[in-house]
Parts: sequence; structure tokens; C-alpha cells
Amino acid sequence: MNAVRVFFEPGFFASGPVHVALVIGAVTAIVSAVVGVFTVVRGQSFAGHALTDVATTGGSGAFFFGISPLVGFIGSGVIGAGAMDLIGVQRVRSRDMATGIVLGSATGLAALFLYLDATKSATTGATQQILFGSIFTIDPSTIPLVVILSALTLAVIGLIYRPLLISSFSAELTRARGINLRGVGLLFMIAMAVSVGLSSIAVGSILSTALLIGPAATSVRLTSSIRAAMVLACALGVVAAWLGVLFAYDSFYWIPSSQGLPVSFFIVSLIFVFYLVSGLSIVRRGVDWLTRNNLPIGSTPALTSKAEL
Amino acid sequence: MSDPPVLEVEKICVSFSGRKILDEVSFEIREGEFTGLIGSNGVGKTTLLRTILGMQRPDAGVIRVLASPLSPRSRSLGYVPQKIAIDTDIPMRARDFVALGLDAHRYGFARRTAHQHQLVEEMLHDVDAERFANHRVGSLSGGEQQRVFIAHALISQPRLLLLDEPLANLDPKSVQEIVALLHRVARDHRVAILLSAHEMNALLPVMDRIVYVTDGRAASGTTDEVVRSEVLSKLYGHHVDVLKLHGRVLVVAEPGQDNEDIPQHPTFTVS
Repeated sequence: MNAVRVFFEPGFFASGPVHVALVIGAVTAIVSAVVGVFTVVRGQSFAGHALTDVATTGGSGAFFFGISPLVGFIGSGVIGAGAMDLIGVQRVRSRDMATGIVLGSATGLAALFLYLDATKSATTGATQQILFGSIFTIDPSTIPLVVILSALTLAVIGLIYRPLLISSFSAELTRARGINLRGVGLLFMIAMAVSVGLSSIAVGSILSTALLIGPAATSVRLTSSIRAAMVLACALGVVAAWLGVLFAYDSFYWIPSSQGLPVSFFIVSLIFVFYLVSGLSIVRRGVDWLTRNNLPIGSTPALTSKAEL
Repeated sequence: MSDPPVLEVEKICVSFSGRKILDEVSFEIREGEFTGLIGSNGVGKTTLLRTILGMQRPDAGVIRVLASPLSPRSRSLGYVPQKIAIDTDIPMRARDFVALGLDAHRYGFARRTAHQHQLVEEMLHDVDAERFANHRVGSLSGGEQQRVFIAHALISQPRLLLLDEPLANLDPKSVQEIVALLHRVARDHRVAILLSAHEMNALLPVMDRIVYVTDGRAASGTTDEVVRSEVLSKLYGHHVDVLKLHGRVLVVAEPGQDNEDIPQHPTFTVS
């Protein structure tokens, strides 16, 4: 019993907010991991990050108008994804430009809403909550909606899995197959927006980039297939989310009379540590030896810029 | 010759913003034929291939595949585009990319059957890619990647395989290997090949027919009809010699011409 006490401070397993945090953390980590692997494979990390800024706008706007932050995060993300598609996020030449324009204008709106939020409630709580999340204060009644939206997002990814995969490598090959290239790309952008919105309530809108990209970037280094990368990314994301919740809970007891440290700090730090460890060649050699994956080890290959293609 | 041609291209016209790219281009390809689509960079070879694939609407003209009008998702066509971008950091094995050739256009969940896995194994064997089947596509050499892309295109058993400049950026040894491989799979899989290139020397040993494009016009003929000094000189716009030496054919341009598409030296000779 004492051994358990070392890791779990009293009341961890009995706490309602902890239960909610563990469920929301795991579900959003899984959706982020699956969508994240495609984001990394498609080279759309910048678009993913722009959607987190758009989610900030939606979250701060929702707070100002008194509606659910989840609705704000996801609604604005979907609108942002549509805007990026219209400006031309799918064309290689205008991809970064489309992303930049949407990112810039959304962040401007976020500045307005965050200012209004602060003057309205006269606290800094809103800004902290929107940008960096507050997983311990989530209303348990949110869980069903989060689970349903997560299941829908995963279903969409499963539905377009192979057309989405081939379109990540060659637009020409995709069109020649009679696949609706733009439709598939837009569906993925919407799935990415929903995924970012979901993880925004867990780790905050700004940090949802970390949950989207981190586990995925780590796992593509260590696996030999897209499916394996998704499974590993889910595992890493859930472990980071749960350990983050545990450390944040325990941190109440680390410093006398403290408020405890933010969950998102722990989650994101763990993800970053995973990424660093996966870069060690001894780790890659070990994984390669265990799985016989023929991982590229040694000299880091120069990454071909997607913009050149 | 009672079979219909695999491909009939009839008076195809394509223009981009008023500029004519292809002007009444006509030719046909018969079963099992190896056809070279020859022309300098920018004359519309890619546009012609994209039109055949149904990705570019012609202003006029008809394209028939196996005597029936083309539908955009015609399964009778295989395609290897000029650029397929798979970085080393993408976990995509050669074997998985070949398998994707079976079902990349399918929506929804489905497990591949034992028969499909068998097809992938056979295809990897046919293009001599078993050695690196479990390596990431991005980590392979240019020639190895071309084998994987050819297998990806062939696994759905098309009757016509279109390749857009597959020999560009390959070293001379890989060029020879890929040409020999295409010649072999074309025969074994009874698939006709239409391959675009700006340089024909490497293709001379295997080409049955040449379609040459210049200034939006195209003409075609058997290799013997086209590889003649007066025809090639007209095609390139200045004097080209075709030398027959000890039973070998050499295509040589006059030296000192400032045109990289014309072989300045007999870099490749043909028996």
C-alpha cells in the first residue's frame, strides 16, 4: 500500500474530476493521435497549428457569448478549415499562404475576444482556461458529446483511409484513380478541426498542437507502417495524458499550500520527452532490432520540402 | 489484328488559356506494344497523358480505351506519374505501397484477402523488389522506387500502362534496368506501354512504335519508320544523323548545337 502511495497521492482514484479528466484525456489523445499521423504524413502540421489558433478564437468567443467552449472550439475550427480550403490550402503553391491568412485573421479576432472576456469577468481565468485548458473543471455531462464527436471523427478517417493515404503522396495518382481529391482533403481538414477542438478542452487550444503532432511525430520514427504508427501514437498520447493528470494531481501535495501545477504543462512535457527519446539512435536501433522494421537509422535524411514538389 | 486497339487517340485538341498545347493529335496503340512518347520538355507530353487518363478534358477529339469511350476511373489504365513524394520519415514500406495499388480508390474498411497478399508477393517478385520489400519507400534509390511505383500501377492488371518520364533523374545503369524490366513485364502481363521521354536512345532496343510530339502536333510510326535521319531532323528542327554501324543504331546530333534534348554524343548504342 505504501508503494502505491509513493505514486498516487490520497484520493486520486476516488476523485470525480480525476475520472472525468482521465476519460477526456484518453479519448482526445486517441483522436489526436490518429488524425495527427495523417497530419504528419501529409505535411500539414502548419495547417494543424493554424486550426489551434482558430480554435482559440472560437473558445474565447464562446466564453464571451456564454456558450459551451467545446462548441466554440469546434465550430470555429470547422469554419477555419473551410476558409483554408477556399483560399487554396490543397494547392501546394498556396498552401502556406492560405494557412497564414486564416491564422492571422483568426488570431486578431482572438485578441479582441480575450480582451472582452477579461473585462467582462474581471479575472484572468478565461484566458488561462482557453489557451492552456483546465481538464479538472470539465463538466461530466460533456463526456457523451466528446465521445460521440471522437467516434465520428475516427469513423470519417476510417472511411477515407486509403484515398487519403494515396492523396498524401501524389495528387496526380489520386486524380487518375477517379478519387475526389479536394473532397477527401476537405473532409480531412474538418476531421483535423474537430480533433483540435476536442483536445482544446483537455490541454487548451494553443497546446492542442502538441497533442496532435507530438505523439504522431514520435511514432512515425519508430514504426514501419501507418497503422502501426497510429497504434503507437494512441498509446503514447494516452500515457502522456494519464501521467499528466496524475502528476498534476500529485503536485497539489508537492509544494505546501500550492494550487497544483497545470495538467497541460505535464502532458506536453511528457510528449516532448517521448519525442526526444525516439530521436536517440540507440532507441531506434533497439526498436529496429526488436521489430525488424528496417528503420532508417544513422545519418538523418534531408527532408524533402513539400513546397518543392 | 481483329482485336480492337488498346488505345485510340483521335484528333485530340487541348488548349490552356487560348494557347494550343495539342492540335489534332491522333495515334493508336495495339495490345502488348511498347510505345515511346518522345518530345522535348514542355511540348505537351504530360498534358497528353493526363488527357488519356481523363484528368484533362480535351477541347475536341475522342479517346477510346479498348474500343469504349473513356471513363475517368477506367481500371484498364495504370499510371506512374512523374513525381510521387514519399519522404524517408514516412512509415510506408515498399510492400504496402504496392498493395495500395489494389484498393487506393476504395472507401471504408476492408481487410485484404489472402489472395490479395499473394498478388502483392507475385508483383514484388515480378519487378525484382523482394530484396527491399520491407524497407521504407523513401529510403530507396531512384531506380528501386521506380520499380515500386511500376508494381503499384501494374497490380490492378491494367491493359495499358502510362509512364510520365520514368527515366528522368536515373543513372544510366538504372535506366537500362528499368527499360528491360518494362519490356519484360509488358510481355508477361500482356500490357501495352506508353512511356514519355525526351531522349529516345535508351528506348530504341525495346520500342515498337514512336509517337513524337513537337509544336503541339504529333506523328507516329514504327521505330524503323521514325528513326531515320530525315524524319528526326525534321522533328528536332535541325540535322540529326542516324548511323548504322555493325548492326547497331546510333542517333547523333550535329555537334555544337545548344539543345540539351538532342543527344550530342552516342551515349547509348543499340544492337
